[in-house]
Amino acid sequence: MAIEARPPPAQYVAKLRRLLGGRSGWKGLVVQLLFVAALAWVSYEVFDNARDNLRNQNIASGFGFMSQTAGFGVSQTLIPYTESDSYTRVFLVGLVNTLLVSVIGIFFATVIGFIVALGRLSPNWLLSRIAGGYVELVRNLPLLFQILFWYLAVLGALPTPRQSVSVFGSIFLSNRGFVVPSPIAEAGTTGFLVALVIAIVIALLLPVYARRRLFNTGHLLKIWPYVIGVLIGLPLLAIAIFGKPFHFEIPALRGFNFVGGARVAPEFVALTLALSTYTAAFIAEIVRAGIQSVHKGQMEAGASLGLSRGATLRLVVVPQALRVILPPLTNQYLNLTKNSSLAVAIGYPDLFSVFAGTTLSQTGQAIEVIAITMGVYLLISLVTSALMSFYGWRIGRSMGA
Amino acid sequence: MKRVSLVLSLALAAGFSIQAADAQTLKTVKDRGMLSCGVSQGLPGFSSPDDKGNWTGLDVDVCRAIAAAVLDDPSKVKFVPLSAKDRFTALQSGEIDVLSRNTTWTLSRDTSLGVNFTGVTYYDGQGFLVKKSLKVNSALELNGASICVQTGTTNEQNVADYFKGNNMKYEVIAFANADEAIKAYESGRCDVFTSDVSQLYAQRLKLANPADHGVLPEVISKEPLGPLVRHGDDQWFDIVKWTLFAMINAEELGINQSNVMEMAKSDKPELKRVFGTDGNLGEQLGLTKDWVTRIVKAVGNYGESFDRNVGSGSKLGIARGLNQLWNKGGIQYAPPIR
Repeated sequence: MAIEARPPPAQYVAKLRRLLGGRSGWKGLVVQLLFVAALAWVSYEVFDNARDNLRNQNIASGFGFMSQTAGFGVSQTLIPYTESDSYTRVFLVGLVNTLLVSVIGIFFATVIGFIVALGRLSPNWLLSRIAGGYVELVRNLPLLFQILFWYLAVLGALPTPRQSVSVFGSIFLSNRGFVVPSPIAEAGTTGFLVALVIAIVIALLLPVYARRRLFNTGHLLKIWPYVIGVLIGLPLLAIAIFGKPFHFEIPALRGFNFVGGARVAPEFVALTLALSTYTAAFIAEIVRAGIQSVHKGQMEAGASLGLSRGATLRLVVVPQALRVILPPLTNQYLNLTKNSSLAVAIGYPDLFSVFAGTTLSQTGQAIEVIAITMGVYLLISLVTSALMSFYGWRIGRSMGA
Repeated sequence: MKRVSLVLSLALAAGFSIQAADAQTLKTVKDRGMLSCGVSQGLPGFSSPDDKGNWTGLDVDVCRAIAAAVLDDPSKVKFVPLSAKDRFTALQSGEIDVLSRNTTWTLSRDTSLGVNFTGVTYYDGQGFLVKKSLKVNSALELNGASICVQTGTTNEQNVADYFKGNNMKYEVIAFANADEAIKAYESGRCDVFTSDVSQLYAQRLKLANPADHGVLPEVISKEPLGPLVRHGDDQWFDIVKWTLFAMINAEELGINQSNVMEMAKSDKPELKRVFGTDGNLGEQLGLTKDWVTRIVKAVGNYGESFDRNVGSGSKLGIARGLNQLWNKGGIQYAPPIR
């Protein structure tokens, strides 16, 4: 491939770059320092002015409100919360709800996205058309519309609690959500949990051992029977020794609603469904592009080695495709997290709804509340992309790139 | 996001200029030739657009009355529909000149938001709307119920207080605007919709079968609703306040839309002061002498506006109750124009 010579940069660009850039010695440094100083001065002026003006207008400012009593209820809280808790607590409740819906949404979006992408690339005509149709339908409809569709048209059509659909008399489906029996701890809980953790650790270490064995001796060890055996056997053993770990509390309809059991609220379900199916359509296209970016010779090479199509994809193509897939995939993860703020439309108490919404309008401290909220979304995004970069770096390393 | 852009404009207004806090609103409105008035996003009887896009309602009439007093034209109003949680930011940032949007007057709002309440257009209280098929006769039977509410309102905190105070459990689902809340209530997601009683009647009209839903007798709070302006502009504060008082005084004095021109010729000393044929009370406000004439000609007196929008002459058919004048058994009362 011929490499075209780039035209030299224009003189004034080079001059400017030298003025600001690192290689020009102390002169560049002085200009940079002046620039930073000017920036700091402008920021300080804006901050100082804003504070004075807010004071003149008698608008409360500062972060003292964070310790005031919130005095309103929240429908879904993973951490303990009552109306007499502070706005700081409200903030945490909202943050945890946002993280929950984001993490679960990202998980399902990734799984659905990969499946749809592989379906679209499949030689099966029907399968690839269905996958293509899904992508075109879902990514061309506004997300807010899809959230409201799941919430009002699908989940809203479920019967009222009194007429709820019951499965085995213990799981109930109604427009108030899914009510399932909740485990209540008993004497054997600790032993059971410890056994479970040990089993998971062993199950994770076994593939490593099998891999080393494959490299050392050339024998491929079938590990899945051992994994299943350990995962089921150890907890069963724990139950046999320490006794029953849990009993289940069966929910019962009393008054307006179900009492007892654990409940998944319809707001959460609708939001997770909408976010994951919507983002999955974009992820599917990213994965498809990534896989198609790998030269088809790789696929043929895998086939000539006698690998099945699935094994070739898994072992040869996808690892190479990941380098192309990861950066845009990170963007989709960030989008999903930020899109979760649409929760406010269906009353799911995420960070944006309970903090940038209710707390803001109860206290009126718009600038502080929005600053905190922006900071938190920024932090979540930075952490997500740092994790993805780390993952990308590891893949690059393992491929020797 | 509308919310974020509002906050940014507030931050910019606060950071770069002091225009928002200046005593400039009257001049700004006159120069612009248009009053910018914040209203609800659609609440029959208070502020809602008809099929031609004309806004009508009790809150809307206050906007039109101010426009009539200041600009001599009740149609020169730009209505800005705002959700409950966006309304204060819109006022603080200068996007609107006055907020006339069924807003409850509370101490914390009066002191910490940089706003001033100018009076009470409607004495309200919070109640509960339930399906009649549930056979609930009292709010005290609502233990364990799911409750739909609009976020960013005093309703949200009152309901928490009430259920806690009566040792009852509840689940609150808070929506960004009233339409979403009432839709979720209608779909069965909630057993109860809670709001100010006047709103319950107004929102009930939007339901498929209004007759299947009833308002419970308990009123759990005081909700004095009224217009508000930015803190720091006393002249504008006076104008908005006295526009409302003029409407109430007009009813008390028997001045209405049809007889206002005739009454203006009266030589009763009280009426001469009101109509500006004696003294210069209108000019003291920063308006012209005939300010009351213009207000009443544009929207009528308080009672006319009430009847037309929420009272006996409207679909809502709400009784005057507390909103009757002080000398007719209610508590609606305005300081005298003298």
